[in-house]
Amino acid sequence: MTTTKTKPESGSHLKNLDYSVLQQCMHCGLCLPTCPTYDATKIERNSPRGRISLMRAIADGRLEATPTFADEMYFCLGCLACMTACPAGVNYAELFEHARAEAEQSGVLNSPKRTLIRQFTLRWLFMDLRRLRLIGYGMRLYQRIGLQALIRKSGILKLFPKRLQELESMTPTIQPKFSAELIDAITPAAGQKKYRVAMLTGCAQDLIFSDVNLDTVEVLARNGCEVVTPRLQHCCGSLHAHNGEWAMAQGLARKQLDQFPPDAYDAIITNAAGCGSHLKHYEKLLHDDPAYVERARAWDHKVKDIHEWLAEIGVKPPTGRSLPAQNVTYHEACHLCHGQKITSQPRAILNAIPNLNLTELPESMWCCGSAGIYNIIQPEMANELLDRKLKHIKSTQVPIVATGNPGCLLQIVNGAKKEGLPLRVVHPITLLAEAYRASK
Amino acid sequence: MALASQDIERLTAIVGSLNVLTKKEDLIPYAFDGTAAMLQMPGCVVFAENADHIAAILKFAQERDLAIVTRGSGTGLSGGSLPTKDCVVLCTVKMDRILEIDRANLTMLVEPGVTTLAIADAASAASLFYPPDPGSMKISTIGGNVAENSGGLRGLKYGVTRNYVMGLEVVLANGDIMWLGNKCVKDVAGYSLKDIFVGSEGTLGVITKVLLRLIPKPRAKRTMVATFSQMDHAAEAVSAIIAAQIIPCTLEFLDRTTIHCVEDYAKIGLPLDCEALLLMETDGHPAVVAEEAGQMEAICRAQHAMEVRVAQTDADAAKLASARRSAFSALARVAPTTILEDATVPRSELAKMIRFVEQIAKKYSLRIGTFGHMGDGNLHPTFLTDERNHDEMHRVETAFKEIFAEAIRLGGTITGEHGIGMAKKSFLPSFAGEAQMRVLRELRKVLDPRGVLNPGKMFDV
Repeated sequence: MTTTKTKPESGSHLKNLDYSVLQQCMHCGLCLPTCPTYDATKIERNSPRGRISLMRAIADGRLEATPTFADEMYFCLGCLACMTACPAGVNYAELFEHARAEAEQSGVLNSPKRTLIRQFTLRWLFMDLRRLRLIGYGMRLYQRIGLQALIRKSGILKLFPKRLQELESMTPTIQPKFSAELIDAITPAAGQKKYRVAMLTGCAQDLIFSDVNLDTVEVLARNGCEVVTPRLQHCCGSLHAHNGEWAMAQGLARKQLDQFPPDAYDAIITNAAGCGSHLKHYEKLLHDDPAYVERARAWDHKVKDIHEWLAEIGVKPPTGRSLPAQNVTYHEACHLCHGQKITSQPRAILNAIPNLNLTELPESMWCCGSAGIYNIIQPEMANELLDRKLKHIKSTQVPIVATGNPGCLLQIVNGAKKEGLPLRVVHPITLLAEAYRASK
Repeated sequence: MALASQDIERLTAIVGSLNVLTKKEDLIPYAFDGTAAMLQMPGCVVFAENADHIAAILKFAQERDLAIVTRGSGTGLSGGSLPTKDCVVLCTVKMDRILEIDRANLTMLVEPGVTTLAIADAASAASLFYPPDPGSMKISTIGGNVAENSGGLRGLKYGVTRNYVMGLEVVLANGDIMWLGNKCVKDVAGYSLKDIFVGSEGTLGVITKVLLRLIPKPRAKRTMVATFSQMDHAAEAVSAIIAAQIIPCTLEFLDRTTIHCVEDYAKIGLPLDCEALLLMETDGHPAVVAEEAGQMEAICRAQHAMEVRVAQTDADAAKLASARRSAFSALARVAPTTILEDATVPRSELAKMIRFVEQIAKKYSLRIGTFGHMGDGNLHPTFLTDERNHDEMHRVETAFKEIFAEAIRLGGTITGEHGIGMAKKSFLPSFAGEAQMRVLRELRKVLDPRGVLNPGKMFDV
């Protein structure tokens, strides 16, 4: 009975769920003011409490998984601000993933276009990094040989639907080299080796921010870590779990556990908040898989966000020559501050950089609208949130925004571009790496 | 009778289609408020944007005998904004403007959907103070606070919502719009009708504007936490503080279960090795604050406090208060269903009442967490149970009956700040007595002859 590897695809995710997880919500309403979608609409269905009531109605058999239910689950940003606010300790992250899985299982949102897109992205592209890199090479070429610039200049895009134009303008710049081309399989510690860590290079991170991966490895090495960075890695499954593909997320988690036996490392490092928030919950994901559940538990304890790890081992402050003064503000990625409760560590790292002046960003914990692929599927709400974020960034009058998640980085970069705002958006670890390099 | 489609059409004509919700998926999230184990589907939800909308809706409700349940953020704890079957939920959260802050008269005029926190913040920004701070203040609306006459942590020194309502705009059941009260400190023209609407739980009219009294912001405050190895000692300390004629602004109590839950959530370093904890705050003139804080600390030590800690910064003090406000929700960490009560006794009877609650929990084999506003005798014994366990739920009900009976016997009341709503409805007649019930019923009939406003709540007409 207990040997089934994955949840059966039949049956209802929400009905099979431990009912007490739903009951944990005592609908006090303290989540409402922290929910960006409720704040925008003032409609209960768009709030955590409202969404949980719909999930519970399905578990109770009072409601079927309808298109409206499914739409609502995708209107949720998954920012998890409600989890920080919730005194009752409701595990909304878990409920939300099951609810989206319920939506997918029911097929109520299926359309040929949607199915095709999901097949291509979730089932094909993000299941194997080699495919993703292939696309990356193609896009790199498109951008390098000047085709993108040419197309953008030519005005030919105006012939396409507005939404496609918007999407084209959002395409990130692909890095000239991916992580495997930049980072050795084993990077020795600079000076005395104190720890052996594994470095997860991610998927989007690898294509668009391989430089941040390089910076992370360099920072780790300078802090006494020997860094193991396998050249071919897999997607962590965060994208799949957040988008209702439970079984695929489980499969990808097993691949991670096979590739990185947790016992072999002092820590397994991620620098992408969205991944980290998912990576730390493999035990729950694989709870019904006896072959993996033990390893998953050990893994959950070893996975560390880079800021968290540096704070734990005591980050070495850059000394010697320092960079000119820089004014920086910090935007908190939801999946760092809400998903992983990491708030003080990135600030401590920034404050450790000589000559860096950190200005607090108003509403620093409010979602920027990126939310994984939310800005692609819910552009209206995402843009509203982006405008709000930019307004606060402008109010600080600071030219550099630091944030620890690729999605947020891209979102804010695109926002700044749209408004013609001269803004540098950067991962905190990049600022630290630059400070180390200057201090040489 | 479900709402007819032409009724929905008429309502839509009044407020516009964006302000009417009718889909099942939209209604389920309005089928409850903050009260445990109560669920009832409304017929539709209507958002009003102004008093004229509300007047038109109420006139139409008269015409068609539609039940109207007014609702703010739905954080109530007595089922006051729980829908009646197929009713129209009249939601005021979109009426959320602060209309005026009058520094010369120390008043603030607001719409009913403004949150309590927004009012407190706006007052503070004007260097003024709005004291009522119910546990749900981050999201509760002032309309709901007035309708329930909400209390909070500062009731002991500053009173409750009623003490800050100087005026109200109310829409009556027949659609008339009525102004009650004004900016005058003294006003004895006619009956004080505004006071009838405070705490009326949506049964007499719909509040569309509130004129609030503000007071000067205290110049200093000090917050302390004292721990005790026995609940009795904490209760004695409270009695001794009151007997010494010190009126702190906050005198809150948490038992062991509650402390553990709150710490689990807030992680602010509450001491976990005690049976009871007192959270005390004194505010006012710096010299008085220093003196009172010293006295309270000495009294706690004399009453065998294990430890007395003083919050070092304003931020620490704010964290303590906000942790205490989360107590009820935090208790939900340890049980699927948390049923919160609100029995209140004269302060002199507090220790007795606490002991009685403990005995009752033991008698009926129930898990309980108790916290509350010890300084004003308003206790919140909270049963930690599971609504699917029918046998246990039955024992919970029996236990409550005994607790209320004891509260009344000690000269107390069945609800200190949550209201009657559905939760206490069956206890009101015996508490209020026949004469009072008759006046309540007749008053309600005068103001709402067709019984459209929150029918079935508080008492049956």
